[in-house]
Amino acid sequence: MRKRVVSVWFPRLSSDRVLRARAMETANANRPFAVIHHEKNTDRIYCLNQAAEVQGLYRGMGFSDARAYCPDLRSEPANTLADARFLHLLARWGKRYCPWVGLDGTDGLILNTTGSTHLFGGEAQMLDDMRHRFARAGLNGRIAAADTRGAAWALTHYASYPGADITSLPVAALRLDGKADTALQRLGLRRISDLLALPRATITRRFGPNVMLRLDQAMGAQDEMVTPIGETPHYAVRMTLPEPIGLSADVMAGTKRLLEQLCEKLKDQAMGARRLQLTLRRVDQGAHQVELRLAAPMRDAFRILPLFERGIAAVDAGFGIDQLRLEATQVERLSNAQITSATPVRLDGLEDLITRLGNRIGLENIQRYLPADSHIPERSFQIAPAAYSHATGSWSHLRPRPLRLFKPEPIAAIGSQPPAQFRWRRMSLTTGRATGPERIAPEWWLPDDNWRSGVRDYWKVDTTQGRRLWLFYTPQNPNWFVQGEFP
Amino acid sequence: MIATMIHFESHFPLKNTRTHEVCGASAHVFAFALAGQLCSENGRTALWVREAWHGHQINPVGFSSYLDPKHLLIAQAPSHIDVLASTEQALRSGHVALVIAQITQPIGLTEGRRLQLAAQAGNATGLCILPEGMGNNAAQTRWHCAPVFDESNAAEDSTLQSWKLIKNKSGTLSAWTVKWNAQTRRISVVSPPIQR
Repeated sequence: MRKRVVSVWFPRLSSDRVLRARAMETANANRPFAVIHHEKNTDRIYCLNQAAEVQGLYRGMGFSDARAYCPDLRSEPANTLADARFLHLLARWGKRYCPWVGLDGTDGLILNTTGSTHLFGGEAQMLDDMRHRFARAGLNGRIAAADTRGAAWALTHYASYPGADITSLPVAALRLDGKADTALQRLGLRRISDLLALPRATITRRFGPNVMLRLDQAMGAQDEMVTPIGETPHYAVRMTLPEPIGLSADVMAGTKRLLEQLCEKLKDQAMGARRLQLTLRRVDQGAHQVELRLAAPMRDAFRILPLFERGIAAVDAGFGIDQLRLEATQVERLSNAQITSATPVRLDGLEDLITRLGNRIGLENIQRYLPADSHIPERSFQIAPAAYSHATGSWSHLRPRPLRLFKPEPIAAIGSQPPAQFRWRRMSLTTGRATGPERIAPEWWLPDDNWRSGVRDYWKVDTTQGRRLWLFYTPQNPNWFVQGEFP
Repeated sequence: MIATMIHFESHFPLKNTRTHEVCGASAHVFAFALAGQLCSENGRTALWVREAWHGHQINPVGFSSYLDPKHLLIAQAPSHIDVLASTEQALRSGHVALVIAQITQPIGLTEGRRLQLAAQAGNATGLCILPEGMGNNAAQTRWHCAPVFDESNAAEDSTLQSWKLIKNKSGTLSAWTVKWNAQTRRISVVSPPIQR
């Protein structure tokens, strides 16, 4: 079967994208419009529409000059990321014509339509269909089909009429770099036919192998592949029901079917869901969303299903639900693991409990303590969400530390020795024994407002009333505070 | 004295499948000593549920000699109702050995009874830390713990306290003077001083 390649070039991709989004203004589409790119400290025209070109503007022109020529020029800053995203969307759309759709530079698509043209009634009809759809979508697209990728590219970029002979096109149509192109022009080789007439060896000797490679690719002597862009896996499944349902048991049964499909998909990709969203569409077009955040990546339908119970029970079914959609909005890699007698017992149940509690009070609010390396009592530990951390590290302390810590509470006392009597929280306390001082200096490399008062001398004070408190004195700013309580 | 007659060991690792209460200044020590005994040996987890607005921080460096902090999870619930609901759910799940709930408001008989049923269903122990005088009738036992000044022992780590059993559904009330034994990592009963 003859290989056929279709090349699509969007000469005004950037401006078309912006103008498409401004649907209200397409009525006066023949007003000049330009996309501006800030480059080398000046604003330059990056892309412009037909009307602007008619006014005499061109790409790379300074924006201030352009405005002087054309005072009613509308403009928009360039967004190359959005352009790339738009081109990816177009590539995905291009899969309606053939399965091999690749990107061609930043503003073109390349389609390998070998064997799929008959589905549209022939190649000419297919190209017409494309042109028609581009025109309806407000896109300027140049389309050409040829036997090779190089020839198709040359036709879209350089042919002045469809069906032109490729040998009559200028040499730049061979996708040469600027240097080789200029050198060929200087030698008087303006058209591809001129290049074909020369002996191959002389060209290679003079310009390196690239020119001949490009020529061979265009003429079909050398094969060139179309690399299709891979499809990113999409973790969403849905189910439409012929009759609306309302009982929570029915919704659960529907969710179960969706979950099984979704988990199969996740298993194929060795992924685990971290966040799931179940959308229940009602017959009156309202939609309810049930979100489930999991404490660990998971892909076992039987474990995830009971976790949905609480969310589904809270949904108001109204006149009934007729569509269910389940999407894993956040996924994480979860590789298969061999289970042997030696593998440690996994705390699956605990993770499920964290998920359940997390769906009530927020997954970040289930926390665990991790050790941190600091002498500052408040910084000697870290609090981390349990769902996103592992219990590690060892806990050690050289001197006794209080069981409870609170914000420093000032007490009335003077002198560097602990007071014999003091009042704290409306209790009158008498010092029975004081142990200390233990001096802790602030960590100057970390700014901390609480430690502005300088070094602290910590004392453990056992009161005769029973309470054992952790007091500190700040010699640089004489004051006494209570900061903790010992067992 | 009656106190010496009743064996401390028959009370202290609190009765499983029930919810208990503790109040007083040393209630946290009681909770950590219990958690250490229930969780450290068999590697099970304890869950500490409290309201998020609490300014008091429990210090993992301080309680690491009682309970390895890796065996403890903290749940910061936004409201009192969420504390109770989370406690019930955790007790019922059976995946944690102990649930400690820090309660700031009195709870009704219904809520207390629900916690009891949840502890029974999940084969777990529940412990509510509450302000003094806010007991609940459904609790199995209620303890009052207060630190005591230790005159005789000049050691730095004096941990003498008085633990009083002030409510017991199945038995008599009692009181003990106890201290933390750092070597054995256990609470040990101190014999009462001789009255001369």
